[in-house]
Amino acid sequence: MTQPWYKRLGNGLARTRGELQGHLNVLLRRGPDLDEQFWEELEDALLQADMGVTATTEMTGRLRDTAAREALPDATAVLARLADEIAAEVRVPGDDPFTSGPATVLVVGVNGTGKTTSVGKIAKSAADAGRHVVIGSADTFRAAAIEQLRIWAERAEVPVIERAHGADPAAVVFDTITEGRARDADLILIDTAGRLHTSSDLMAELVKVKRVADRESPHPVRVVLVMDATTGQNGLVQAREFHRALGLDGLVLTKLDGTAKGGIVVAVSRELGVPVVRVGVGEGVADLEAFEPDAFAAAIVGESPAGS
Amino acid sequence: MFENLSDRLHAVFSKLTGRGALSEADVDAAMREVRMALLEADVNFKTVKEFVARVRARAVGADVMKSLTPGQMVVKIVLEELTALMGGSESRLVLSSRTPAVIMLVGLQGSGKTTAAAKLANLLRKQGKSPLLVACDVYRPAAIDQLEALGRQLEIPVYRGEGLDAVAIAREGIKDAIARMRDVVIVDTAGRLHVDEDMMAEAAAIRQAVRPDQVLMVIDAMTGQDAVNAAAAFAERVDFDGVIVTKLDGDARGGAALSVRAVTGKPIKFAGVGEKLDALEPFHPERMAKRILGMGDVVSLIEKAQDTIDADAASDLEARLASGVFTLDDFLSQLQQVRKMGSLSDIISMIPGANRLPKDAEIDEGALARTEAIIRSMTPAERAKPSRINGSRRERIANGAGVRVFDVNQVLKQFTQAQKMMKQLGAIPGGGKKRRFRGMPGVSGPF
Repeated sequence: MTQPWYKRLGNGLARTRGELQGHLNVLLRRGPDLDEQFWEELEDALLQADMGVTATTEMTGRLRDTAAREALPDATAVLARLADEIAAEVRVPGDDPFTSGPATVLVVGVNGTGKTTSVGKIAKSAADAGRHVVIGSADTFRAAAIEQLRIWAERAEVPVIERAHGADPAAVVFDTITEGRARDADLILIDTAGRLHTSSDLMAELVKVKRVADRESPHPVRVVLVMDATTGQNGLVQAREFHRALGLDGLVLTKLDGTAKGGIVVAVSRELGVPVVRVGVGEGVADLEAFEPDAFAAAIVGESPAGS
Repeated sequence: MFENLSDRLHAVFSKLTGRGALSEADVDAAMREVRMALLEADVNFKTVKEFVARVRARAVGADVMKSLTPGQMVVKIVLEELTALMGGSESRLVLSSRTPAVIMLVGLQGSGKTTAAAKLANLLRKQGKSPLLVACDVYRPAAIDQLEALGRQLEIPVYRGEGLDAVAIAREGIKDAIARMRDVVIVDTAGRLHVDEDMMAEAAAIRQAVRPDQVLMVIDAMTGQDAVNAAAAFAERVDFDGVIVTKLDGDARGGAALSVRAVTGKPIKFAGVGEKLDALEPFHPERMAKRILGMGDVVSLIEKAQDTIDADAASDLEARLASGVFTLDDFLSQLQQVRKMGSLSDIISMIPGANRLPKDAEIDEGALARTEAIIRSMTPAERAKPSRINGSRRERIANGAGVRVFDVNQVLKQFTQAQKMMKQLGAIPGGGKKRRFRGMPGVSGPF
């Protein structure tokens, strides 16, 4: 562990600091006045962070009331209050499924969000921390998904259980848990194939995978949804459907190192009460970190995180 | 699911029935709904602002004031403006006459470039080209293996340039295509963040090295507001000619596609609509406009039906209907045609107004499979003459198909009804195949 992720966001890769990242700072630079233009720009900034029109309208409406009632002096005070509110929305209680004890974790999500990469990174950091990890490659659909996970397993120096391309994913889960038992593993990670939440066949397949895990696992079974920070309003529908089918224990928010702010997780946390447990901030193994509600909220509001 | 815009506007305007004209306040209320619908579909907030201003200007015009159904009028304006914003008619792939022609794909991680590359190769081959895929993603573990596996499935060659850097692979890939006499090269590149200077420079260098006829940016339909930032950065650093929107088979409205078109001016050329390697289609702006507004897609449904339904089988069936024969075998073959079109929920989603169905309405995807199993458990003689299926035969069939006798009875009942209907159809002179589609309501008009 070197620097916290929100600090590394600023350096590391040379990055164009887009108009967006500084959007709310621009708000401040314009002056501290709480005029109509301020409120309008504030709303735009939240929409731009993918917070969604419902959450945005509610939050700005409430803030306007608060600002009037408590006579908040200026824009800075309003933004600080807003950051607190956003942090409160995403500060959902819940155990960390990866570190709170022995567990079998199913990693699920739509296509292309970074499931395999997340499994690889988690396996590596858990193994480095001295845990006994076994990973299973239940993505038997995507071409070369097994090979991709195998490379991550080599990096993490943990065993990976696989079957041929096209095999039944539930069978892979069975094999992985059997192997996990034999090796006395305390973290069994299962990578699953990406699937759209609208595909009823593939969702049913996942329910079966979960059922097998529940039946076979010596540890509690946790389900973690991987969501891409660039995801828009469809993210809420995704989370809702995966939650309904499997019951989610946590979210991993990936690709937060671009200009996307991942505001959709605010809507997800509000509605489903599922905590964000990790954020992905880069390609390196160490770039999957614990989630900090305050830093996340500060990034959405455009403030510099405390202490930087 | 969000309500569709028609319903929302209907709700706004229903309060106004009886009055002749729209006031400014009415238009404001309608525009709030338009704005909300577009934001929920992930259309960029700036694009939404400009768009709403334009629609508003038209909506306060005289046409609407006199219209008896202002809601429909506003929807029509929105749809027209949205279609225009997306580029009007469909935009085709432009390849030069040089051999090989080169297409390069770029995009963020996880947008679906590698799959899109394989699908595009498949599509071009169907058009008589002989493509070569070039795997330039040297970063993501097993990305090259993935492209190679897809190439193997399609029997399309893949150049992998072991040990070279991405720019060299692209360059050598073109030479390989010439040596193998392939006439189109599709260069798949690594996913990259638009803020990653080194990686953007690499993409620009690949472009420089192979001088593609077309650079296509691959964009995930589920992308939110950030789509325009990524697209603007790719346009500036690498430049591209068009867009492939992927994962449109989900329920994302795909407003990102609209925003990218509006902000960069680049047209959308293809849409990825499924996991199978033939699920890449030319992009139709008007259909996308309807999708963004939640208005269903009858045209796609009809095209899907026409694509799927086996013409020979259909004309064969017609001949049999004309002679008044409709057996359980015919019934079975009809069911199979429907199943080939995809899942029932997909088909239903394309019907306008389907999103007004109760959300919990369960679609029984297994019903067709069960019916098929039941008919397959019958002997040929039983299928030809269902009247001979008595109680003990029903029991045997139920056992064979793993269902209850009740289910067998249901299927036989459905069949009798279908038979009756078919007899009536058969009695209509010249009840040809084309007619069935032409008669469908709502196909020609915009709503």
